Amino acid sequence: MLSILQSIWHVFLHTFQKRVTVQYPEEKPYLAPRYRGRIILSRDPDGGERCVACYLCAVACPVSCIALQATEDEHGRRYPEFFRINFSRCIYCGYCEEACPTYAIQLTPDFEMGEFHRQNLVYEKEDLLINGPGKYPGYNYWRVAGVQIGGKNKGQAEHEVAPVDIHSLLP
Amino acid sequence: MATVYVDGQSYQMNADENLLHGCLSAGLNLPYFCWHPALGSVGACRQCAVTQFKDEHDTHGKLVMACMTPAAEGTRIAIQDPETVAFRAAIIEGLMLNHPHDCPVCDEGGECHLQDMTVMTGHDYRRYEFDKRTFHNQNLGPLVNHEMNRCIQCYRCVRYYRDYAGGRDLNAFALRNTVFFGRQADGVLENEFSGNLVEVCPTGVFTDKTLKRHYTRKWDQQFAPSICGQCGLGCNTDVGEHAGTVRRILNRYNHDVNGYFLCDRGRFGYEFTNSPHRIREPLLKGQMVSADKARRHLRDLLASGTAIGIGSPRASLESNFALRTLVGPNRFYSGMSDTDAKLVALMIDVLRHGPMRTPTLHEVEACDAVLVLGEDVTNVAPRLALALRQSVRQQPIEIAKTLKIPLWMDHGVRDAIQDKKGPLYIATPYATRLDEIATATFHAAPDDIARLGFAVAHALDPQAPSLGDVPLASEIARALKHAKKPLVIAGPSCYSEAIIQAAANVAMAVGAQLMVTAPECNTMGTSLMGANPLSAAFQAVKDGNADTLIILENDLYRRAPRADVDALLNATAHVIVLDHLVNSMSGKAELVLPAGTFAESDGTYISSEGRAQRFFQVFVPSSDIQASWRWLTQPSWHSLDDVLAAMATALPQLARAREAAPSATFRMAGAKVPRSSHRASGRTAVLANINVSEPKPPDDPDSPLSFSMEGASNHPPGALIPFMWSPGWNSIQATNTYQKEIGGPLRGGDPGVRMVEPSPSNGQSYFSGIPSVFEPREGEWLLVPMYYIFGSDELSCSAPGIAELATTPHVAVNAGDLMDGEEVEVRCADGMFRLPVRIRTDLPRGMAGLPAGVLPLAGCGLPAWSTIVRIT
Repeated sequence: MLSILQSIWHVFLHTFQKRVTVQYPEEKPYLAPRYRGRIILSRDPDGGERCVACYLCAVACPVSCIALQATEDEHGRRYPEFFRINFSRCIYCGYCEEACPTYAIQLTPDFEMGEFHRQNLVYEKEDLLINGPGKYPGYNYWRVAGVQIGGKNKGQAEHEVAPVDIHSLLP
Repeated sequence: MATVYVDGQSYQMNADENLLHGCLSAGLNLPYFCWHPALGSVGACRQCAVTQFKDEHDTHGKLVMACMTPAAEGTRIAIQDPETVAFRAAIIEGLMLNHPHDCPVCDEGGECHLQDMTVMTGHDYRRYEFDKRTFHNQNLGPLVNHEMNRCIQCYRCVRYYRDYAGGRDLNAFALRNTVFFGRQADGVLENEFSGNLVEVCPTGVFTDKTLKRHYTRKWDQQFAPSICGQCGLGCNTDVGEHAGTVRRILNRYNHDVNGYFLCDRGRFGYEFTNSPHRIREPLLKGQMVSADKARRHLRDLLASGTAIGIGSPRASLESNFALRTLVGPNRFYSGMSDTDAKLVALMIDVLRHGPMRTPTLHEVEACDAVLVLGEDVTNVAPRLALALRQSVRQQPIEIAKTLKIPLWMDHGVRDAIQDKKGPLYIATPYATRLDEIATATFHAAPDDIARLGFAVAHALDPQAPSLGDVPLASEIARALKHAKKPLVIAGPSCYSEAIIQAAANVAMAVGAQLMVTAPECNTMGTSLMGANPLSAAFQAVKDGNADTLIILENDLYRRAPRADVDALLNATAHVIVLDHLVNSMSGKAELVLPAGTFAESDGTYISSEGRAQRFFQVFVPSSDIQASWRWLTQPSWHSLDDVLAAMATALPQLARAREAAPSATFRMAGAKVPRSSHRASGRTAVLANINVSEPKPPDDPDSPLSFSMEGASNHPPGALIPFMWSPGWNSIQATNTYQKEIGGPLRGGDPGVRMVEPSPSNGQSYFSGIPSVFEPREGEWLLVPMYYIFGSDELSCSAPGIAELATTPHVAVNAGDLMDGEEVEVRCADGMFRLPVRIRTDLPRGMAGLPAGVLPLAGCGLPAWSTIVRIT
């Protein structure tokens, strides 16, 4: 009997405490930038697509909800012809972001993705691609890669010397 | 065998081999780069270092290269010795100094030997802070891509290309850390086996350019074991598919057949399966119809009239048999021209009479004297040419043996034998690529080639019919007589029965092995069914015995003169065509059924060796494409096994074709063999744009393989290996783990069953139909077929990469008064063609060449006398 009265008293005291319930959606909670929500594809500082279609996000995905097809532009720059995430399968584990060698795929603090139809949860590249570099502002994979693309010849990447003249016999 | 102690454990190793070979055979992981099972050891990369101890009391030991140390009895080594481990990690670190940051955009990524070895040694962090050297790439043509920055200077490419495949245009240039592997200038790689560089290169310097155009990682491809259909040799392949298109062909090791290598036609010819000219839906009078309606129409036609069926030497045994059953054995025709049918029947007959059995491709490599009669081997049966390039090393290799140089020590052996070559005699109508390694060549008309063969036989055995003095004959006879394993190669390429008979005489006279070539992937199988040739079908229609004609995967315009085929199609009320690609036949058919290629169907081919081998469906197409035998099926047949069982009853000579691979009920640990790797990705997204609910993976009633990543993937039997993979070995080098011993047979035996074996009781007497000497005629040319690896095969010409390299219609003549490139009119019995002239000084006088298998010339019967008239 005493313990019941004690409990009632405690509940009563809570009436005067600060509220923890957030009035979502009128009031938005703060989510850290590292929060794992809706996935986006970012662009490098030059505005080009960062994704090089290496398939590492797809293979890292434990639910296999990422599908893409690699293609190349006429200068050899590789990019995804299509890039599809089936968010109705996604578990927001962030493995894709960890696997991405170019910082292209990133998880954002946006979690408001409810839909009435599952089909609407299938996002294509145009739905995923944003206009900025996201969380990693400075990085451009193509500046460190050895392959030649439009605007960057052999030997012009960071930490590269000019191409070897194979006809030279000088030591 | 020798007992070798590795890290205190004893292992039995082949004493004739080196320690690396022994360790890998024993299943130990020891990293390597420059060594390759087919190329031997040179000790260049220093990656396979191990510690060798003097005896059991030696604790210090010394560093040796496993690939350069014989696996002698009692050898004691340590792989896990901390000093050696550190040494190997340092070697990798050195190799990686200049390696670019390319893996995400490198086609080798995920199946890269360099990646595997880097992981194996544990090198993971780059300490070197200076700049990387770079190279310009070269354009090596439409098949092989070049990205030189990635090179680790292991020299495997030039060793394979120059030493093994006999190429000349790829070499090492420059010096020290700037060594460059490429051509003197940009240009198409000349060697017909350049595609193997893709697999030989341990990293991404040489990659598959056709794969690059529709790139997907190895782990995302759905593979099935297959048989190459681009010539008659039946090389084993693995076919990779993703999202409904075939992406590439990989070599599937078969010790007896192709070993580690394929030819470029086989590797890159697959792209026709993705052609925009594919027939994907049934067409009724030119209109697309449903599969049900097409099937109903087929049934109605069969019920109402009398049908005959024309099979095909490029269709599987099962498809041919299904057609034979559907129309009845007497109304089924083989689809081969009369000449082809006669020649192939003669070849099989000769092989059955022996005395020696026909060698496997692997056995050809061990032959030490070879006579080629009438065959342009490189262009007709390319992989055989690569085997012959090894066989000419057999005799000189004796020098290395007397010097006690172990045969695996590649550099030592090559230094010992220099450029000495064993006996290889080539008699062909025109110069071939193998002439450069031949002891002597003989360019002559088919009849003269046959005469040479007969003369050699007589010189070997006076019992054989004689014909007087023929130059070269006694020299060849001497070489064959002194050889341990003589070999004679012949075939139907010159359309000459006499050549095959002459080859048989030589083989009988000296007890040589006889190897024949077959023009198409199932020529042997179709011939073994024993059906009548094409002319009988033409006659049946002419006699009014048929109002419906079913043509199975066969473009008759390539086999008979245009006018005859036109007449046949016009005389038949209903024409039904089953084929892969739109051609002149499908345009004239009432009903066209989309037939599955090797990628969309299961079936069995019989190779020129007489080996029945199964190919398996790679993927289920989204269209109505299906195996021809399914279109032509019987109500009682539910799966491939039912067809094979019915065939075994109806055609007992083909009964053993069932044993070519395990039946559909075969299970490993209760599960099917998965076609996809366990890492296959995107399953819940790849079709989500169509419907977010994933469909169930398709069933496969026809094979023990599943269209899935689930199942028992642990080293299936040879006939069922969809792709080579083993933990830690993601590249094609994983082949090591599927063999009993490195470079030896696959565990569980090499796939395929031999259907043609000689039987001693069939002793045969010598052929005596010696043709007379070829006499050139005034104002006339004898047209002979000239073969091209790119161009003479029908289907591969629809692959864009091959098409770019394929030959175009022309007439080849020896100088005379004609000019190169000049337009002339060639008139022969089967038609009149306007063609540009190509001057070929290697053609004998009085002869002209037409490219074989190139439309519109393909249907014209060769050899034929013709006139060549200048267009004025």
